[in-house]
Amino acid sequence: MRAGMNAENIILSVEHLTMRFGGLAAIDDLSLAVPAGKITGVIGPNGAGKTTFFNCLTGFYKPTEGVVSLNHPTRGALRLADLPSHQVAHVAQVVRTFQNIRLFPKMTVLENLIVAQHNALQKASGFSLAGILGLPSYRKAEQQAVAKAVDWLTRLHLIDKADTPAGALPYGTQRRVEIARALCVDPLLLCLDEPAAGLNPRESGELNELLLRLVADAKLTILLIEHDMSVVMNVSDHICVLNYGRKIAEGTPKQIQNDPNVIKAYLGEEDADELLHAEVSA
Amino acid sequence: MSPLVFANNAPTLAERCKDAAGIALIALLLGIPMIGLTTADQGGSLQVLTRWPLLGAFVAAAFCGRLALRYGLDMLKQRRQTRDREAAARPGKRGVRSIRILELTGWLAFGIALVLPILFSDNRYVVDTATTVLIYVMLGWGLNVVVGLAGLLDLGHAAFYAVGAYAYALLSTQFGWGFWTALPVAGLTAAVFGLALGWPSLRLRGDYLAIVTLGFGEIIRVVLTNWTDLSGGPNGISSIPRPTFFGLPFVPSSDTGTFASFFGLEFSPMHRIIFLYYVILLLSLLTNVLVKRLRRLPIGRAWEAMREDEIACKALGMNITNVKLSAFALGAMLGGVAGVFFAARQGFISPESFTFNESAIILAIVVLGGMGSQLGVVLASVVLVLLPELGRDFAEYRMLLFGAAMILIMVWRPGGILSHREPTLRHQPAGEQA
Repeated sequence: MRAGMNAENIILSVEHLTMRFGGLAAIDDLSLAVPAGKITGVIGPNGAGKTTFFNCLTGFYKPTEGVVSLNHPTRGALRLADLPSHQVAHVAQVVRTFQNIRLFPKMTVLENLIVAQHNALQKASGFSLAGILGLPSYRKAEQQAVAKAVDWLTRLHLIDKADTPAGALPYGTQRRVEIARALCVDPLLLCLDEPAAGLNPRESGELNELLLRLVADAKLTILLIEHDMSVVMNVSDHICVLNYGRKIAEGTPKQIQNDPNVIKAYLGEEDADELLHAEVSA
Repeated sequence: MSPLVFANNAPTLAERCKDAAGIALIALLLGIPMIGLTTADQGGSLQVLTRWPLLGAFVAAAFCGRLALRYGLDMLKQRRQTRDREAAARPGKRGVRSIRILELTGWLAFGIALVLPILFSDNRYVVDTATTVLIYVMLGWGLNVVVGLAGLLDLGHAAFYAVGAYAYALLSTQFGWGFWTALPVAGLTAAVFGLALGWPSLRLRGDYLAIVTLGFGEIIRVVLTNWTDLSGGPNGISSIPRPTFFGLPFVPSSDTGTFASFFGLEFSPMHRIIFLYYVILLLSLLTNVLVKRLRRLPIGRAWEAMREDEIACKALGMNITNVKLSAFALGAMLGGVAGVFFAARQGFISPESFTFNESAIILAIVVLGGMGSQLGVVLASVVLVLLPELGRDFAEYRMLLFGAAMILIMVWRPGGILSHREPTLRHQPAGEQA
């Protein structure tokens, strides 16, 4: 744990995480502390192990070694790797989006957001019994779920698309829908896998505002994988750089931009500062 | 589709002629040995004769036919594109209209189903065929939950149909259970078998799952054929009791009163046929209401979400195991209930009735109707049951015609007869969209 941060403020602590596929260590002894209520960026060249890291966090992979533990305000410390994969979102409230968007394309945007509230609604529907009978308790729960979805859609300027099939929307809008859907799960920790990929400069500018607003308003923590430096450098409070599965640098955006290891990892040349600056501060 | 592509689409006359000439050339090459040359028996020896004028006519026909076909297809494509563009310009309006039409068709079909046996009360063939249609509607609706909503390709649905049928046959012949008491028990038995199939195949999807379900269907059939002590083997189970009207049997005379004597009617075998028709109508309507309601509940939306993207479901905290198993269990239960009815109607069942062919037809009904569409299943069942019936005049070409019709439907509507998906809930009522 880094100096100056007390344990209370750490929402996620990763200790000696290793993920091996055969002989290849996609993640190699990674330790990281994610401060609560902040945006932490995870960057690195292609194949550095960023998405593998997310897959380990969110239960899609079982790490070979190491501990990932979430400091849940009411449920205490939860070891994410020990939870069944669906409980990572349901119990630990760690929710992710995907690098290649994974919406339910034939369902409408509103339905996508209602599906995200499945667990609460399923309980309210008495595992379908109260629902089939149309009991008022279920109707009320459904109305609340719709209200929550509508609230997020309004905040993300998606409300006029509520009844459109998600697959029919433009790429950038689909990205926002995926974030809105993740928010409907009430995440404590929101893991965004390249949310700015495929967005134009105006859209990624809007994404910046959105992320900052989310952290300020919704009191959540964001873990952000991103290649678009204009996003990472502008919104992150803290950045971790991976290369070949190892953490090669960690610090504020400013520190990262001037870190010789990072420059080397990105450009492979030591004398190419100018090029890096062009990319990093674009 | 963009209008730019559309503008460049219409080929010139020269292009059309070239295309047709190509076809004519193929016709010529094929035609020389097949039409141009012929053999004839002349004075005991075989002579090769030529028929050039006939070949010329054949090639000309191929040329003109191709020209006309191409032109017709292009016109059709153009018309569809114009329509699509108009629809894209006013999305709300078309949506509302098509939903209204669908609703109307649904009610119309319901109305026809309700009065059909009254209109044809003396025509056993019509009522019997309609009953068969309804059995397939019910099987289709059951499988629609698994395939159409949950997206789990199931090639062994006939297995659950068989389990339901045999459960009723055994309960009634061995333990004297009545139709209505055996119905839920047999349905639940089929549901348990659904879980038995679902559990080991939880991790499978698509083609792999299809093969497992195919195997499962065959296992059930083979067990029924060979476990003679239980199922009577290939001889099946006969003299299965028919359903009674609240205890009143449909027989000419009985000590305890019959349906006819109770209502002061003259006995007619049609009473039972019509009664059976209304029983399956009631069962399928219950199925329809149940599935329609479930689709609008969290579990129904979870099924559809799982069909769309299983990984996303997991990331949202959904327990995929429960979602999958519930789909399998419900689909199997509905298939089982249809099986109970089938056994009660036939009075005799054997493994012959539950072959892979049956599974394939039920799956064809779901796919042809449009995955997930309830009304589509009804239309597809009508088509698939009536086509072979109407085709009886064509004797041995019947199945050929049947296959051709299926191909045509899929070419005409790749998404099935009704591929429209109605959202389970709306933010704004339909029609108020811009």
